Amino acid sequence: MSDTPNTPPPAKAPRQDWPEYFDQLALQCQNHWLHRYYAGGVVSGDTAMINTPLVAMDFETTGMNAAVDDIVSIGLVPFSLRRIFCRESAHWLVKPRQALTEGSVLIHGITHSDINAAPDLEVILEALLTAITGRILVVHYRHIERQFLAQALLERLGEAITFPVIDTMAIEHTVLRRRQGLVDRMLKRSPRGLRLGDCRERYGLPHYHAHHALTDALATAELLQAQIAYHFSEDTPLGELWL
Amino acid sequence: MHAEQLEIAGFLEKNPPFDELSQEALHELAQQVEVAYYRAGSDILNFAEPLQDLYVIRRGAVETYRRTGELYNRLSDGDVFGQMGLLMNQRVRFPVKAIEDTLVYCIPFEQFRDYCDRYETFADYFESESESSSLLRKAVSAQHDNNDLTTVKVKGLMPRELVTITNRASIREAAELMTANHVSSVLVVNQSQREADDPGLVGIITDRDLRERVLACGIDPASSVDQIMSSRIITLDDNAYVFEAMLLMLRHNIHHLPIVQRQKPVGVLALSDLIRHESQSSILLVRSIFKMSSIEELKAHARQLPAVFVRMVKEDANSHMIGSAMAVIGRSFKQRLLELAEQQFGPPPVDYCFLALGSMARDEQLIYTDQDNAMVLDDSYREEEHGGYFEQVAKFVSDGLADCGYAYCDGEVMATNPKWRMTLSGWKQHFSDWIDEASPQALLNSNIFFDLDGVWGRTDWAIDLRRFITHKSKNNRKFLASMARNALNRKPPLGFFKEFVLEKDGQHKDSMNLKRRGTAPLSDVIRVHALAVGSMAVNSFERLDDVIEAGLLPEGKGTDLSDALEYISIVRIRHQAKQIESRETVDNNVHPIHLTSFDRRNLKEAFQVVSSAQSFLKYRYNSNIPMK
Repeated sequence: MSDTPNTPPPAKAPRQDWPEYFDQLALQCQNHWLHRYYAGGVVSGDTAMINTPLVAMDFETTGMNAAVDDIVSIGLVPFSLRRIFCRESAHWLVKPRQALTEGSVLIHGITHSDINAAPDLEVILEALLTAITGRILVVHYRHIERQFLAQALLERLGEAITFPVIDTMAIEHTVLRRRQGLVDRMLKRSPRGLRLGDCRERYGLPHYHAHHALTDALATAELLQAQIAYHFSEDTPLGELWL
Repeated sequence: MHAEQLEIAGFLEKNPPFDELSQEALHELAQQVEVAYYRAGSDILNFAEPLQDLYVIRRGAVETYRRTGELYNRLSDGDVFGQMGLLMNQRVRFPVKAIEDTLVYCIPFEQFRDYCDRYETFADYFESESESSSLLRKAVSAQHDNNDLTTVKVKGLMPRELVTITNRASIREAAELMTANHVSSVLVVNQSQREADDPGLVGIITDRDLRERVLACGIDPASSVDQIMSSRIITLDDNAYVFEAMLLMLRHNIHHLPIVQRQKPVGVLALSDLIRHESQSSILLVRSIFKMSSIEELKAHARQLPAVFVRMVKEDANSHMIGSAMAVIGRSFKQRLLELAEQQFGPPPVDYCFLALGSMARDEQLIYTDQDNAMVLDDSYREEEHGGYFEQVAKFVSDGLADCGYAYCDGEVMATNPKWRMTLSGWKQHFSDWIDEASPQALLNSNIFFDLDGVWGRTDWAIDLRRFITHKSKNNRKFLASMARNALNRKPPLGFFKEFVLEKDGQHKDSMNLKRRGTAPLSDVIRVHALAVGSMAVNSFERLDDVIEAGLLPEGKGTDLSDALEYISIVRIRHQAKQIESRETVDNNVHPIHLTSFDRRNLKEAFQVVSSAQSFLKYRYNSNIPMK
């Protein structure tokens, strides 16, 4: 599940050579779908944000640990800095290989009977990869989406997946950190709430019901639009934001 | 893949007009939404930019402004904006700025339109919502905005420098001046008359004059220009619209129009300038009518008429322009036929004037119309001596018109009917009888005669007759009351609850006749007012101008009338254009189910205007009439 901890792990120096790296991955990978995804390429880091094709993604999961838990639902919303395109959005329920726990049912409201009718992730994988090909993924707390998708593919295709992301939580964390007083920073006190809803409130964005993968993806897309309007500009290069 | 946008649908559901939509419609709409975020202080919409969406404020606040920059409205959560621009011409009418951080849901235009068509309450909202002036007003003015001919003014396309020459110059000097300046015409001024407020414009010489009046006649080029210049000068103010220039040239069949600014000539507009501006095929059609040398040729030529009509409709001409162009074309056919008749039967034994009546006289003719016409003969006319000639001419013209697509008049209001070939005095007597006796019964079918225009011959007699009628009818209560009563005979097709009243059976079941139930009753109402104020105008819009100026109507009612007339006419015109394109028989019977919900609504409003105009007419002219 994507209910996230309040402090993200420290970011490593982000890689900037994603386009070259994708070319390389396209050559190395065995799976046909993955090959198509990598061959679809990625825009270069000097692309202005306004020209960057984006897609917000959110997973609901059976738990927090990618090694044992699995994906239950996926929401995708393609967008640009100007507009979020609901008509191209997608939402899938998938059957996890790990049983649902009572706790996770409470959080995302997806029940056993919903899941029983759902297909395995493998069935929708091609559609999912096609929808994100050529677009930069935008997530709130990247470790969930990155690790769960990598793990899910590893289990099903025998190969993981790697991709650049823009992480709205990481952006918010950095912004808040910069504004924090020196004492707070020295004491390593956590900045204010980094949950999706908390972040949105700071930009005057409305309250959305959390824990529905499609709504969360939409909420994330809106949050990025607001963050760019506040802290960056249309011309900010993608390379400053991706991780 | 069905991705339900729960948040968006959930929000829309709570706000009008979306709250009236079914769950299904709501979710379908939510899936089409685009979302955008604007930080406080940023511009959301700029004036005149193309507009693609209806905006719903999800969260935040915006201000909308008038074009002048003046604050127009402040909107917040759940409010919508952009609808006016979408309903009109898909351009931003009121610029919008975010005054707080604002998240908007954008509903694409196609979706918006589709929902207005599908859901009555949805459409209702945007109409009742619209500001002060009526939607009809807006629909009409938006159409006006879109059109080039009605918005481009003459001064906008006057490329030529003013070239003048004195009236004492020689023809050769004029020709040299024209050559040196690369112009096809020169204005002639009288130096001695010239004063501060009088430029002394006395004539115009064109290329054609040099050919026809100098070379062809062997006149000495050394003689003075006033020997050959045209001294009957028709001018137009530079503030006039290109469309008016076009009509003026068509009407007088001239190719050069001196343009004046506060009476002073500032240039000459040539027909070629107009053609370059708008490849207006109605101009070309009229020009070539006069080159046709037989009825056969005219008949073949007339086949282009539907295409010209359709093109004008597609170019978004308004009803006045189309009506005038069609009337000019019809008039040109008559003129050419009369020319041919005089060639065949010889020159007329006495002077006469050929009259156009009804819609053609009013410049409100549509594609095809009955040929309503008549003849005025000189008072020296003797039936036994001259009757045969005029009967032949009338028959020639009438048959020719029928060949060209103008049907014979059912009511026999044609010059072929001996009853409608009268001397000038005869006509005056006839009008006197109508006006003085003034029984509604006698006047029942005479409306058409009160809209008359001279087409050929002594056209000044038509003006004379008009003046006579105006003089006699102004302030003539009894006559006006009878005319008013007759103007109430045809009611607009609206029921008590503002629903359309449709034909119940027959060939035109479920349709309404926009001429009989719409434009005709309106023209009737306007005619009565025009006669009451002594207007000499014939065109309904021009009559209305006179009526408004005379202060006869309550504030704003005049504009309502002209908007209603324009709207009903244009729906009727578009209906006919559609029929022409699908090769159906052209008629005036419109089925409401074939109209968009916007047209339906606007039509209802327009009919409402007709209805209240009729009530006002009853009150204005029928009260206080002396009982006999």
